[in-house]
Amino acid sequence: MVSSVILVPALLNGLMTGAVYALVALGLTLIYGVLHIINFAHGALLTAALFAAFFANKLLGIDPYVAALFLAPLFFGIGYALQRFVIGPAAHGEDRNILLVTLGLAVMIENALLYAFRADTRTINLSYAFDVVEIGNSFLAVPRVVAFGVVVAIAALLWFAMRWTDTGKAIRAVAKEKLGAELSGINVAHIYAVTFGLGTACLAVTACLLIPTYYVNPHAGNAFVLIAFTIVVLGGMGSVAGAMLGGLFVGVVESFSGLYLGESLGQIGIFVMFILVLLFRPSGLFGERA
Amino acid sequence: MKGLAPIATVAVLLALVPFITASNAVLNFLVMAFLIALAGQGWNILGGYGGQYSFGHAAFFGTGTYVTAVLQVRYGMNAWLCFALGIAGGALVGAVIGGLSFRSGLRGSYFALVTLAFAEVLRIVASVAPITGAGVGTLIKLDLRPEAFQFQSRAPFYWVLLALLVVSLILTRIIEDSRFGAYLVALRENEDAAKALGVDTTLVKLGAMTISAAITAAAGGFYAQYFLFVDAGIAYGPWISVEALLAPIIGGVGTVFGPLLGALVIRTLGELTKIVAGDAPGLDLVIYGSVLVAVVAFAPRGIAGLIERVRGRLTPPAAPSLERSHG
Repeated sequence: MVSSVILVPALLNGLMTGAVYALVALGLTLIYGVLHIINFAHGALLTAALFAAFFANKLLGIDPYVAALFLAPLFFGIGYALQRFVIGPAAHGEDRNILLVTLGLAVMIENALLYAFRADTRTINLSYAFDVVEIGNSFLAVPRVVAFGVVVAIAALLWFAMRWTDTGKAIRAVAKEKLGAELSGINVAHIYAVTFGLGTACLAVTACLLIPTYYVNPHAGNAFVLIAFTIVVLGGMGSVAGAMLGGLFVGVVESFSGLYLGESLGQIGIFVMFILVLLFRPSGLFGERA
Repeated sequence: MKGLAPIATVAVLLALVPFITASNAVLNFLVMAFLIALAGQGWNILGGYGGQYSFGHAAFFGTGTYVTAVLQVRYGMNAWLCFALGIAGGALVGAVIGGLSFRSGLRGSYFALVTLAFAEVLRIVASVAPITGAGVGTLIKLDLRPEAFQFQSRAPFYWVLLALLVVSLILTRIIEDSRFGAYLVALRENEDAAKALGVDTTLVKLGAMTISAAITAAAGGFYAQYFLFVDAGIAYGPWISVEALLAPIIGGVGTVFGPLLGALVIRTLGELTKIVAGDAPGLDLVIYGSVLVAVVAFAPRGIAGLIERVRGRLTPPAAPSLERSHG
């Protein structure tokens, strides 16, 4: 057996990674839970957000954590507009069409970025990127600790907003019973777009949390998509708390399977788990029975 | 059998192409288009007729490619035999994935996701397993003899692929007219109703997935022989999953000629945009993506649907269309 000197840092690092995964998955699960669609453009939008955070720093010299404050509203707007004016009208209300429209959008966004910025991988240099804090006998990178804290705060905020604000209630109403919500005067197209916007805003925050320690290229966001899907399925599609727990869980699984199977095979742990959950408990580990 | 005449006409016309032009560019273009049409025809049987949208047909394409290449290179087996085994291997993978997912009752987006995940698992395994050549890939030795499924010129390759494509068209036509095909369409339209009427939906879906996988694996096996090189990204990469579903969707899902039509359109579009875009990477795919969105927005039933609609406008509408059930 490996001693706790390796296991504890692996666990903590897994939790940190998992938190970032959880935020990507939060966006996805919100969109799925309300619109009942699989958003294949999620990865491409994350890539776009990574580029935005990168250039905000490179060209304007804005710290990524500050950039999050205006990138989140910006991406909310982008997401809102995409759903309201592109995905919604193009889909004709059919699920499979939405799947295809988001797939088409993903191809467009990703390749527009490839065209504009080429395939080069870019990173930014921040003075604090390599700072570490010591917890017990493990050293943790400061940006990852910050990311963890921010994600937990956002998840809590979202959870409260869904419960106690009018918009949150409207979103939950549409998710549960679309027709009923419409009949009681809720503007469904607007709520759909708000939800999509919220999901996209989550990606903007994710990008700002990732960029200090991660890289950006036109395919950077894709690495997170299947992982996010796994988390969404694991946590139960549409569940905020499920996405959070699922994200942390997946982060730890990845960290440990990387430890035992090596870097490249380590990813398999996630996919195998994904397939098993889909096959045997598609309602998720934490979700309600469908 | 009705409907074979158009297939025969198309087959004869396309078979004449190498006599008209010896241009490698033209033949290469058509080979790539047919390859995607063939992979797409596989997708079409499951997705178009059966309504089960797979996002992981790379799993079958890649199995066809790897079985064909690896058996030859590692075990010195005959290429044609390897090709046949590749098709069988693809069918087997299809049956296993189908068996697992349909038994668990996965539908719609869940099914799409699980196929995607299976393809990704295979891609990762192929990129590290020693037998596939891991990250380096597998090179098939140059051996330009027809017995080795390699030819001096493009034309014979072209005819072999065309023959495969025509077989897949005929097979689709036969399925369309069969009881099995009717079950497939029934479960696409309303799975619960089909079940209530006594259709063994799990078995029908499993059959469709196996046939679908075999056809797409044939495209994979041909790819290996034509390019003589395979690696994990080519074989199990998402590109082929996307192309295989794009072709029938753009051409017309659940139609015999949809995948071929769609593949020709996609490839033409790809070549045109490449000319327009020059060497600019990605620009052609930006247009690809926009066309996909536009097709879904303005022609949800693809080019075939558009043609039908235009025809419907030109000729006075007959009695509500029941042609298909009369077969």
